[in-house]
Amino acid sequence: MDLAYTAKQQAFREEIRQWLAAHVPAQPLQSFDTAEGFAQHRQWEAVLNEGRWGMVTWPEEFGGRGCDLIDWLIFEEEYYRARAPLRVNQNGIFLLGPTLMEYGTDEQKARILPKMACGEEVWAQGWSEPNAGSDMAAIRARADLKGDRYIINGQKIWSTRAVWADWLFGMFRTDPESSRHHGLTFILVPLSTPGITVRPIPQLDGRPGFAEVFFDDVEVAVENRLGDEGAGWQVAMATAGFERGLMLRSPARFQETARRLVELYRANRTAADGDPGVKDAVMRAWLDAESYCLATYQTACRLGKGGKIGAESSTNKIFWSELDQTMHATAMNILGARAELLPHAPDAAGVGGWLDGWLFSQSGPIYAGTNEIQRNIIAERMLGMPR
Amino acid sequence: MDFTFTEDQLLFQASTREFLTGEVTPARIRAGWESPDGRDPALWQQLAELGLTGITVAEEFGGLGMNELDFVLLAQECGYVALPEPLVNTALVSVPLLQQLGGELAASWLPRVATGEARVLAGIEQNLLVEDAHVADLLLLQHGDAWYALAPEQVELRRNESVDPSRRLYAVAIKPGAEPVASGQQAAALTLAALDRGALGCAAQALGLAQRMVDMAVSYSSDRQQFGKPIGSFQAVKHLMANVAVRLEYARAPVHRAACSVANAEAVASRAVSHAKLMACEAANLAAKHSIQVHGAMGYTWEVDLHIFMKKAWALANTWGDTAFHKGRIADYIFNDGAELGAGTTFR
Ligand SMILES: Cc1cc2nc3c(=O)[nH]c(=O)nc-3n(C[C@H](O)[C@H](O)[C@H](O)COP(=O)(O)OP(=O)(O)OC[C@H]3O[C@@H](n4cnc5c(N)ncnc54)[C@H](O)[C@@H]3O)c2cc1C
Repeated sequence: MDLAYTAKQQAFREEIRQWLAAHVPAQPLQSFDTAEGFAQHRQWEAVLNEGRWGMVTWPEEFGGRGCDLIDWLIFEEEYYRARAPLRVNQNGIFLLGPTLMEYGTDEQKARILPKMACGEEVWAQGWSEPNAGSDMAAIRARADLKGDRYIINGQKIWSTRAVWADWLFGMFRTDPESSRHHGLTFILVPLSTPGITVRPIPQLDGRPGFAEVFFDDVEVAVENRLGDEGAGWQVAMATAGFERGLMLRSPARFQETARRLVELYRANRTAADGDPGVKDAVMRAWLDAESYCLATYQTACRLGKGGKIGAESSTNKIFWSELDQTMHATAMNILGARAELLPHAPDAAGVGGWLDGWLFSQSGPIYAGTNEIQRNIIAERMLGMPR
Repeated sequence: MDFTFTEDQLLFQASTREFLTGEVTPARIRAGWESPDGRDPALWQQLAELGLTGITVAEEFGGLGMNELDFVLLAQECGYVALPEPLVNTALVSVPLLQQLGGELAASWLPRVATGEARVLAGIEQNLLVEDAHVADLLLLQHGDAWYALAPEQVELRRNESVDPSRRLYAVAIKPGAEPVASGQQAAALTLAALDRGALGCAAQALGLAQRMVDMAVSYSSDRQQFGKPIGSFQAVKHLMANVAVRLEYARAPVHRAACSVANAEAVASRAVSHAKLMACEAANLAAKHSIQVHGAMGYTWEVDLHIFMKKAWALANTWGDTAFHKGRIADYIFNDGAELGAGTTFR
């Protein structure tokens, strides 16, 4: 065990820091849940990609740097420190990208990954359906193979950023006789295909952050199938593994929230100390964010030595989503009567982005598999409790 | 950056676990409760033969010359079986103290600690009482701004019973005439180091205790049937245990980091130790709370072994620095100017 960065890692950090200092937009971008904001974020992805900073862990042939997970953590740390824009294509780069590398054909990788990396093609995830939420194996949307095309019919819902995205990766039932997680196939669908209707759904903040997607005899070429027909569940589980595992929520994000929370507390200390629980909550937030960082480094090092990530990755999703919610709840308590004010309200001085963060933190325990489902997985697969 | 243990460290952990789970059974622990001094010289001798009493003793004095990081996984295993013998305090506190004091004291005692012939135990005032002072052949004691190395005849002991019958705690009074072996700044440094190492030992044991309680509750919940099914199939029961698993999962890395920090005498070691102890003891206390619940009334009995582990967890949470002390150290850091917080600062 040696918990010091190598000279190479330090140089890497320095290189990112300098590049970000020169390139991160001075003015924060608009929310990517608006048309202008989405375009701005897409543009930012192109800038990142030009610097080859889009996905540092990807192989060089796809625009990456072939970095290991420690380098990726370092990148994320610098990225969040620099307050660089959120990643509009995160479903693509963090979820579909790694899945493609594992299951995609060479043709698919060459066709899809470069455009994903530069933000030319932004991806939405289409798994959930009105009657298939936590019970994802209840998927009903159908894809019937006719010659060299799939004909897709049905409905997806809660598809993040589908309003402005270009492609959707989804799971469809290709075997009408099948049930549960058999007979499902992972298919990549251009959202511009005739027969697709995307209906925006406003989220808690009123912006259309996700959408319903209706499919009416939508034709998709068979080369857009990822993995074998009927193997969709296995392919999707790999993606879900990345989602819950290391990639989706790197520790840097929560460490920066914890740092801002400490600052908020110190700036409002006199009033905040009126509630004796606040100081403890702030301190715990810092402890947990640091613990999350330490555990992630430990896992990354283990994986780097050929270890595998198992059901314990479900602990990860619970830990960060509850931490995020608690940190924002604490911030709301510190802000007191100002907490409810929208940032542009005339008397909202000092509220910053806490309200937005508080709203979004409500969704953490729901998306990427609810925390109750994660607890079931932990109990049954990690602890071996009876089903 | 390498946050993994070596093959050798993991093998040592596995063999220690095998030995401890085989030898330190709940029945043997209960037998200790009935014995007059609560300690098991035969077991201590076995530990010595495995090299464990001398694990941190320098090779020149007959030990294995290992450090806190080598020992931390073994301390977890000591927690897993709730080992009553003072192995963790010996390896993490007394031996390093002797080594820091050096000279004749170290040269004469360390070889005998390694062979198991002698027990050297240590106490600091912050602990109020001294664990296992009654079996110490030499007692290293912090008193005021000085440290003393005391033979049994130089002290008077007053036993205080603990909720955990395995813990033997003594108020120690030094008889007149004892001369300090360290004082002033040197003594203060020794005290701080002893406190950090003792707290690290608690944290590592707490991880093992938590794991043991989870294992017991999971196993009980698979056997015990109600409503025609194992109670472990009920989601409310599952989620209690899952909640423990989450807290435990995120307590491990801080403990390993703290061990590494202490072993390398890093400037952040004290803070890393406080962090580790808070996380690990909280996880162990949660494991205790949920495991007794899963056991139903059985968990509230003297007969079921769960309380062996619960009570030790409760005790460790407030010894070698209580929660107020460790939280205070964290708060002193993060709420003051000059703290380096946020992304990228963890390993600085
Ligand atoms: C912000 C956000 C973004 C999202 N983005 C996407 C996306 O891009 N693509 C996509 O496909 N989906 C997306 N989702 C959908 C998400 O995956 C689902 O919301 C989630 O899987 C839960 O399904 P549900 O909403 O139908 O809730 P339900 O399954 O109806 O669950 C409701 C409640 O019941 C509980 N529950 C259900 N079953 C069990 C059980 N067996 N045991 C215990 N409790 C249970 C749940 O935990 C939850 O508390 C997103 C959701 C949100 C909030």
